[in-house]
Formats: sequence, structure tokens, C-alpha cells
Amino acid sequence: MGTLRPLAMSSAKAGGLTGVLLTSFLLTLCLLLPLAAFAQTLPALTGRVVDNAGLVDPVAEAALVQKLEAFEQKSSDQIVVATIASLGGEAIEPFANRLFRAWGLGQAGEDNGILLLVARDDRKMRIEVGYGLEGTLTDLHSRLIIENTMVPAFRAGDFAGGISGAVDDIIVALEGNAAELEARAQRNQQTTGWDPDTLIVALFFVVWATLFFGGFAFAILPRIYGRKLGPGRYQWLGMTFDYNAREGSGSSGRGWSSGSSGGGWSGGSSGGGFSGGGGSSGGGGSSGSW
Amino acid sequence: MPSRFSLVQKPAAFRLLPAFVFLAFALPLLSACGYNTIPTLEEQAKAAWSEVLNQYQRRADLIPNLVETVKGYAAHEKEVLEGVVEARAKATQVTVSPDMLTNPEAFKAFQESQSGLTSALSRLLAVVENYPDLKANQNFLALQAQLEGTENRIAVSRRDYIEAVRVYNTSLRTFPSILWNSLWFRNQPFQNFTASDEAMQPPKVDFN
Repeated sequence: MGTLRPLAMSSAKAGGLTGVLLTSFLLTLCLLLPLAAFAQTLPALTGRVVDNAGLVDPVAEAALVQKLEAFEQKSSDQIVVATIASLGGEAIEPFANRLFRAWGLGQAGEDNGILLLVARDDRKMRIEVGYGLEGTLTDLHSRLIIENTMVPAFRAGDFAGGISGAVDDIIVALEGNAAELEARAQRNQQTTGWDPDTLIVALFFVVWATLFFGGFAFAILPRIYGRKLGPGRYQWLGMTFDYNAREGSGSSGRGWSSGSSGGGWSGGSSGGGFSGGGGSSGGGGSSGSW
Repeated sequence: MPSRFSLVQKPAAFRLLPAFVFLAFALPLLSACGYNTIPTLEEQAKAAWSEVLNQYQRRADLIPNLVETVKGYAAHEKEVLEGVVEARAKATQVTVSPDMLTNPEAFKAFQESQSGLTSALSRLLAVVENYPDLKANQNFLALQAQLEGTENRIAVSRRDYIEAVRVYNTSLRTFPSILWNSLWFRNQPFQNFTASDEAMQPPKVDFN
């Protein structure tokens, strides 16, 4: 990237429009390349427990999935456990953050996701906490969970026990503030179905578009498709349009109305498989090794 | 007479029509012409910068407490402790002005003061390794966890800023937004962190 950009800039000076086009093409390429490179190394979000390193046996995994699902039902917090074989030389902190954001754990706008990541060959683990839960599950909490629950179990070779113990601890910490938990669950309940706000905005746009474009259609289309009855008078779709009458009345009825686009898109949670709600993380949490 | 009157009036209406039609179709498209691109990306970069400042401030706020705690156990490590206090003072003295992002000298000064604090802190954490009592202190453990978390948040916010500035600076140089910049905004590209900075790495703490 460092060598491409100066080359592209010099050609822009020399070649005019082609140079500009080449520059934009090269820069777009530069933009896309790192994304493509990143996308390959991240594991896919196949469920609440992504056990790519094979550390958790199926029975424990099923119990974990059930526990995590029940907790999301209750609180809307998304906790995901991921194990990978190796980090491939990368530090665990940036990898966990990248994975968290790629999966979009937690509800959008609420950012209430937690990623428990274990790198088997690097002997490292991390609890990555979404923006919204940084105050509830503090860095110190995550560190204590790692040091007191995970590390002893992992050293004893009991990976499934360490992970499910850590998940229990995380849930206890998140449940610590019960009032907050309930409020959060309430806020994120109405994600399915049509939001009344969205309906009102959609209805507004339909009415607005009908008035706005309908006025133009009636002003133009009869002249083109209608049957001419006389000077300025046309018949179209069974209606008679008289353009002389309107001009006689002085001010025309056409006014400008500016529509404000207040509608935001809210990503609803999908019903079938598990997917992230679109949350993000700013690097909260803690890491450890065993 | 009435027929001639309408003959005069009718072309006027016809002449206005294309203008209305053009406006009707052009208005919704105007936002997509790229005028919004530069201000949007600029605000995103500025927000990312605010997050960087926010996290650096968080680190600076942790330091007095940390220094006090370490002093209780390792008072004779004066040099290292004073180094941290001094570096913190230097880092908080740097004035954060709005035009800092387009001013290479001011940006460099800020970056240097913060990386000075980073290295002073990692020296302190290295010294702490020699004091088992301190390492077992609950207060110190809490501060250390917070400091690690903050260093990681700084790294994340810096990465986000680097990315936001890259996108913004690219928009200033690429078609079609370059047209808006050369004709209207005349914005300067933002300064970015140098990737080789050692501050990118959070201080390593060995649990073994």
C-alpha cells in the first residue's frame, strides 16, 4: 500500500482523467485488500459456542448453549464462547476485538455482547466486553474470572469445566445489577415484527410521494398520453384536465414540501440460526494465559 | 381575445415544466452526488479522535492512584515513580486544539508526550515485578487490571482513528469527492499515528 499510493498519485498528475480514474481504482483496491485478507482468518459464527479447537465435549457444549440461550432470553445480552487452535502470531487482544466486531455481538446500539476467546496452542484466553457492559463486567471482574476460575481449571486440563465456570461467573457478574439487567432486556424486546415508528414513517413517505410525484404526473402525463379536447384541455384516464383554468387563478397549487428522513433502520434479530445483533466493542475486558 | 390570451400563457407553463421535473428528480439525487461524503467522513474521523483523547484521559486519571499505591510498597524506587509523574504532567499539559488534526507539529508533540507516558508506565510495571507484596495487593491488582484494559482501549481507539482518517483522507483524494473538496471544502488531510509507534503495544504482563 505504501508503494502503490505514490505511484498512483504521480500518474494522476501525468495522465489527467485516466490518471484520476486509475488513482481511484488503485485506492479502491487498496481499500478492499486488507478487508479481504482479514475476512479469511476469522472463524464463522456457527452458534453460541464456536469450538474450533475442540476443547469442549458435546455434552458440555449443549449445556453451555442452553445456558447462554436462556440468559439472552432473559437479558438480551449475547455471550459467545469461541475456541481457536492458534492465533497465527497475532496478539490475542486485537484478534478478539476484530472477531467481536466481525460477529457483531450484542444488540445494535446497546453493545451488550461478551466474547470468551480461548487460543489453544498459544495458551491464551480473553474476555472481550462490549461497550455497553463495560460498567457491569469491569476489567477487574474479567481478570478475576480468568485468574481464579479459568487458569486453575485449564492448568488441570479441564477446559470444559473452566469455560463453563467462567460463563457462570460472567452471568453472575451481569446479574449483579438486577434492575439494570431488566431495563436492558425490556429495551431490546421489541426487535421483532413491525416497529410502530417505522410504519408511521413508511406511511408518511407513501403519502408524501403520492402528493409530490402525483402532482407532476398529472401536470405532464395527460399532455403526452391524454386525448386533446381543445387548447390546454386533455382527457386521460376518464378525467378531464384543464390547464387554462389553473393558470388563470394566479398562484399555482404546486408547493414544495420537504420530507425529513427521520426513519432509522433497525436490524431485527433473525428467528432461525444464531447471529450477532450488531454490537461493538472498544477493547474492554481482560486477557490471561495458562 | 381569450384564445390569444391562452396562446401567450401556455408556452410559459411549458417552459417551467422541465425545470420542475428536473428539480423533482435532482433533489433526491443531490445527496448522492458526493457532497455529504466529506463532512460525514470528517465527523467520523473527529469522533474517532475524541475517543482516542477520551481513552488517554482515562489512563492519565488512573496514574495518581497507581503511583500512590506503588509508593506504599516501593517508596525507594523514586526515579521510576518520578518519571511517571513527570511524563503524566507533560502529557496532560499538551493543549488539545481543534486544528491539531491538521497540524503536523502539534500532532507529533501530542503523540510523543503520550508515548513518553507509555514507556514510563511500562518501566514502572517492570519494577513492580520485584515486589511480591505489592503484586498481591488487591488495590494494585484492580489498578493493574484497569490500566491494562485502558491500554488496550487506547490501542483499539487508535486503530479506529487510523482507519477513519484513512477513509477520510482517501475521500479527499479520490473521485468524485475530490471535486467537492477542490471546489468547495478545501479541507486538509488529517494527521495519522505512525504504525511503528511502540505505544501500539499494550504493556506485557506475565502471569506465570
